[in-house]
Amino acid sequence: MIIYGTAILAACHLLGVYIGDLLGAFIGVKANVGGVGIAMMLLISARVYLHKRGLMPDTTEAGVGFWAAMYIPVVVAMAAQQNVVAALKGGPVALISAIGAVLLCAGTIALINRTGPKRQDTTWQTGTVAEES
Amino acid sequence: MEMIEHAIRENSLVGAFAFVGLIMWISVHLSRKLTFGRVHGSAIAIVIGLALAYWGGIQTGGSKGLADLKLFAGIGLMGGAMMRDFAIVATAFEVQVDEAKKAGLVGVMALLLGTIIPFIVGASVAWSMGYTDAVAMTTIGAGAVTYIVGPVTGAAIGASSDLMALAIATGLIKAIMVMVFTPVAARFMGLDNPRSAMVFGGLAGTVSGVSAGLAATDRRLVPYGALVATFHTGLGCLMGPSVLFLATKAIVG
Repeated sequence: MIIYGTAILAACHLLGVYIGDLLGAFIGVKANVGGVGIAMMLLISARVYLHKRGLMPDTTEAGVGFWAAMYIPVVVAMAAQQNVVAALKGGPVALISAIGAVLLCAGTIALINRTGPKRQDTTWQTGTVAEES
Repeated sequence: MEMIEHAIRENSLVGAFAFVGLIMWISVHLSRKLTFGRVHGSAIAIVIGLALAYWGGIQTGGSKGLADLKLFAGIGLMGGAMMRDFAIVATAFEVQVDEAKKAGLVGVMALLLGTIIPFIVGASVAWSMGYTDAVAMTTIGAGAVTYIVGPVTGAAIGASSDLMALAIATGLIKAIMVMVFTPVAARFMGLDNPRSAMVFGGLAGTVSGVSAGLAATDRRLVPYGALVATFHTGLGCLMGPSVLFLATKAIVG
């Protein structure tokens, strides 16, 4: 049933956020530490485990796949509720700090990625719900 | 007309699905007809979203962009942290474990650099503009990491609310710039494989910026970048009020 997939996704999400909160409390930070990242790793483990035992039929996968495919529309909705007015009102300090940080980080990313190992391996491109366009 | 408005208000999330679907449809067509596919449809949709957020903010004076208009309240739910994180976790289903493992170490390194570099830039700019005390420099520097790290750090070290607003504005501008310019600079940054997406996730910071930026570049890279980026805020909140504040204090006294 399709809800099994969505339920597994929800369980991993909640457990990950819970662990992230615990981790934050443990190291004394007033924030969730990597909860979503932990949830992602849990979901990856669950997928690998269930696949090996043959407990992951296509309909169950569709219960996760739908939400993965909804990702871009959700991001568009997220963009539509950013506080753009406040960002533009920040003045020169905010603007120059942000531009400087973005430029320097982009340069560092380019430096790391261009010096890294070049691989022609393209297996990652065949995702389960990869967009066709 | 009033009946339609009523129907949308009563079913705000459903209304948001229809509205975002319309934006996507328009964007994909603009992408094909106007730019011949050179600019990704999702990139156009995100820019339209940001423009609508600006319009909504001007109209209502609120802080949640378009979602502050009653008719578009569903946008707030659809694009809120809950749905965003739920959809991000779902994308992990496509992660190839070997690829992620191979880039693990470089991802951690990118995370550290992604916290320290923006902090130094933010704190230096603050200093050169007359904010010369350690609390102000740290708060603005932390804002340059992400717009959550800024106020969390500021609150922990006793910054004024003006400073925190400035830190939030810094982080917001950074997130918006990452959203808009990632597809433009994708080739320059070598953003075409999982490893590079993980480096990007660590260095560019802010889940919203990284997730939208990668979505507009190549949908398949999203989970790899997001996997790293979700640790960004936590690490920033950890380092901001502690190591980074103490280091700033040691330098400027």
